[in-house]
Order: sequence, then structure tokens, then C-alpha cells
Amino acid sequence: MAQARNIGDVILKIDSISLAFGGVKALSEVSFDVREHEIRAIIGPNGAGKSSMLNVINGVYHPQQGSVTFRGVEHKQMRPHEAAKQGIARTFQNIALFKGMTVLDNIMTGRNLKMRAGVLAQAVWYGPALREEIEHRKAVERIIDFLEIQAYRKTPVGRLPYGLQKRVDLGRALAIEPCVLLLDEPMAGMNVEEKQDMCRFILDVNDHFGTTIVLIEHDMGVVMDISDRVVVLDYGRKIGDATPDQVRGNQAVIDAYLGVSH
Amino acid sequence: MKKHANVVVLCSVLLAGLVAPLASGASAPGFYVEVVLGGLMAGVLYSLVALGFVLIFKASGVFNFAQGSMVLFAALAVARMAERMPLWVAVPLAIGIMVLLAMIIERLVLRPLVNQDSVALLMATLGVSFFLDGFGQTVWGSDIYEINLGIPKEPVMILGNLFQGGILINLDDVAAALLAALLVVVLALFFQKTATGRALRAVADDHQAAQSIGIPLNRIWVIVWSVAGVVAVVAGMVWGSKLGVQFSISLVALKALPVVILGGFTSIPGAIVGGLIIGVGEKVAEVFLGPVLVKAFDLAGGGIENWFAYVLALLFLLVRPEGLFGEKIIDRV
Repeated sequence: MAQARNIGDVILKIDSISLAFGGVKALSEVSFDVREHEIRAIIGPNGAGKSSMLNVINGVYHPQQGSVTFRGVEHKQMRPHEAAKQGIARTFQNIALFKGMTVLDNIMTGRNLKMRAGVLAQAVWYGPALREEIEHRKAVERIIDFLEIQAYRKTPVGRLPYGLQKRVDLGRALAIEPCVLLLDEPMAGMNVEEKQDMCRFILDVNDHFGTTIVLIEHDMGVVMDISDRVVVLDYGRKIGDATPDQVRGNQAVIDAYLGVSH
Repeated sequence: MKKHANVVVLCSVLLAGLVAPLASGASAPGFYVEVVLGGLMAGVLYSLVALGFVLIFKASGVFNFAQGSMVLFAALAVARMAERMPLWVAVPLAIGIMVLLAMIIERLVLRPLVNQDSVALLMATLGVSFFLDGFGQTVWGSDIYEINLGIPKEPVMILGNLFQGGILINLDDVAAALLAALLVVVLALFFQKTATGRALRAVADDHQAAQSIGIPLNRIWVIVWSVAGVVAVVAGMVWGSKLGVQFSISLVALKALPVVILGGFTSIPGAIVGGLIIGVGEKVAEVFLGPVLVKAFDLAGGGIENWFAYVLALLFLLVRPEGLFGEKIIDRV
């Protein structure tokens, strides 16, 4: 799908990453790159190492071998909160929202990194702290409008239906104004209508904010429609890396998905 | 809805029990008010300890078994240092020690156990509790020490013209109550209005997600254990000045347990209200229920104070497991 975006230089480079948990090899020598402003999909059968790959990029797992280079800087042992500081945000496969907090508060937490006022000033909403709170609140309201969840602002997220929770999860990630957004199965468990909405949001984020997106998805229709390039993983190895059309015709990919007689 | 009705019934029964002595004329009004006030004051002390529990549970999902030991440790620190320097120097120093302790606990106990089962963390805090009890004695000694807050100990007579004989009240109790109230206001502001407070609540709900949006888990833990340490200093000072600083202080943690069940594990106001309910409840039960039991069943009638809180907590667990003010447990199946 042709988009009027300027796909830029390589922003994120994954270089021969190997990750093992004890004897289980989750990833072996996986390399690929992500270009600025593109939508990059990672696909593969269950257990192929897709989520592990995201966790490596975001600093949850530290690979035994290989390196992640983000904006020209190689990161060895990055922690998740450092990744967030660098501008890498993510959503989770199993929604990981702050269930007891309202939609508004959930998304506000995403602005925490950007808040500068002292704790004392915040406590009494004094001067600069108040201005800061208002400014961040405005940013959050823009996100809420963008995701069309105005009606649920004050609802504790635990009470929202699944599809909306996924949206709030995306909103919280957007609140840190990321330059790379990692989406772990953003459409899992959704009905057709919800999937269409989510696709629209992802494309809009990419289009309006120029956010680079790396997403894992099982729905092939979605992947083929919205992504610029696709990485295919199987048993922790990369077996394909091309445009959606090329990947669709790749024999190794077809084998991985449909099984092959040995 | 039926559950809601159960709560109403339970609360009505409790309320009826509370006013029964007065209504039935079994007690002189002045004496009754004195008992209730005594209960409220004891309740404030429970609340202070419960507050420490709630803070750490709210922000890290860890049930900190060591809270009572932290109170003892803080009280010992204040008492022993106050022997050598003025109180206004000793207290900030004690707070400094508790903050340092929080950092050490985070580094040596919590950090290696990130993402472990909550049972592992509970066991770890149990270990911390025993360590602190012993270590406190190693550093500060094991005698009974005094903390003198400079408040006159003699009870003051108030409302002499309203009740016959007036009401006796201790000034240090009043100071303790004011201090507790101040602490609650500050903490509530901190949790609800500051970005750090929001981060603390976020960490409580989901460690991984909190990290993914840039909240550094380790720093949050140091902050929350430090705040719990400050609360422990306040609680230790108040308890210590009232009863003397001794080992039994660390056992008040066990009395704070029913308080947090009653008030809700995640609610700061809950810790306060729960403490007051239990404080008043057990005093009134001890003084007025005891004689009734003696008359009706020919029992000895003593010791009600010791079990009343737990029975109350049990009843609340049955009708309202999340406590009076706790976050409603929402479970999707």
C-alpha cells in the first residue's frame, strides 16, 4: 500500500541477536533493520520468538549475543525505562494497564517522564507545577480525542471492554511521544470492526506523527495491508525479510505457516 | 446487591453495639465518652502502623511484614540518639537512617527478586523483619528506653461543666492524633496529585507496563520504602513516648493487620478509619461487653481486647473482602 510518507534512514538496527533461556534458544542470529517512518511487521508462527524480539528491543531481555543500535547509538544492557527515555514505547500482548486507575490517569502516567516540577510544588499545584500539569493534561486530551475514547475518561480501565483497553494501552504508549512504537499483537482477540478501527489508528499515528512502528500481528490480511516491510521468524531464526508481496510468495514462509512434509 | 446489604447489616449491628452501653444507661455519659476517646487514641496508633503497610502494598504489591520491626528500629534510633543530642536533631537523623535502610533493602532484597512471585517477596520481608529486630538490639541495645517529646504527661480535665466529673484526656494523645492527621493529608496529596504519586500507583498495578513508559522501578521502591520509614519514625516516636521503647512495639504490626483488612489494603483513608474503628471497638467491647458476658454466661469476661479486632476483620473478609475503602476487585474470567 503506497503511502505519502518519506521513509528515511535506518533508525533501529538489530544485529545478529541471539537470546537463550537456559537451553531454550528463543532467537538465533536475527538481524534486520527498521527505517524511520516505516511500518515494519514481524510475523511468524506461535513460539517463533516475535515477542522475545520486541522484549530485546525494549530492554526487557538482554541478549547473549548481538547488538541493538538505535539512532546510531549501540545499546548493550538497556533497561526498559531507559528505552522509554530514548523514545521507544510499546504496548503489550496481554494488556498491561493500570487497572485500578482511570483512563485519564493511565495515559497521564505516560507523561511522567516529561514532568519537571518538584514533588512539593506538584503536591500543592503551585505555580509552574500547575502550568505543567495543565500542559500535559492538554497533550493527554489530544490523545484521548485522537483515539475517540472521550466518553471513558474517568472510567477505571478494568471496567472497559477488551477492545477499548487495547486502545488505552496504545494511548499510554503515545503519551511518551515515542519515535519508535512497538506493538505486540495490537489486534489480537478483536472483532472485524475493532480491527478496522485499530488499523486506522496505527496508520494515522504513522501518518500524522511520523512515528516508526514495529508490530507483531497474526492477522495476515492486516499485515499485508498496512506494513511496508515484513520480517518472518520461525523457531527463532529469520526466514524472510521483504515487502509483503514478496513474503507472500516466499516458499520458506509458506512452509513455516502451513507445515511441510519431510 | 445482596453483598451490599450484608455490609449494611454488619455495620448496623456494630453501630448498635457501640451505642448500646450509652442507650441502655449501663454507663455514665462522661465515662462512656472517656472510653471512646481512649479507643480513638489507641486507634490512631494502629492507624500509623497500618499506614506503613498500605503505602508499601499500594506501591509495590508487597505485603511488608517488616513494618512493625521498622517501627521498633526507628523508635530505638530516636530514643538512643536523643540521649546524646536534642530531639530536633535526633528525629531528622533517624529519618535519614530509615531512608538509608530503604536503599539497602531495595538493593539487597527487592532488586534481586524483581518479577518473582509475591510469596517470595513476603518471605523476604519476613526475613527483613527478624533481621531488623535483632540488628536493632545489636546496635541500640535491648533495654527499655524512653522518648520524651516534651509534652506534659499529666492528663487534663476538659468539659467539666458538660459531664459530671469531666473527661480526662492526655495531651500527648492529642498531639499524636494531630500528627497522624497531618501525615494523612500530606500522603494523600502526594499520592493523588504528584507525578511521583501517580508513578507509585502505576508500579503497584503493573511493574512491566510501568517500566515500559519510563518509570524506574528501583527508584520508586526506594521512595516508597523511605516514606514507610518516615511513617515508622512517627509511629515509633508516638508509641515509644506512650509505652516506652521496647521489643513489644514490633508486635503492634500484628494489631495493624486487622486494621488494613478492615480499611482496605490499598486505601490510605482506609488505614486511618480502620484504625479508629478497631481502636474504639475493642475498648468499648472490653469495658462494656465483658461485664455482659460475665452476667449472662458466668464467664470470666476478660481479654476481649485481644481478639476483638481479629473477629471484626474476619467478619469484614466475609462480607467485603476488599475492605471498606479498598479498590474493588475486578476480575475478568
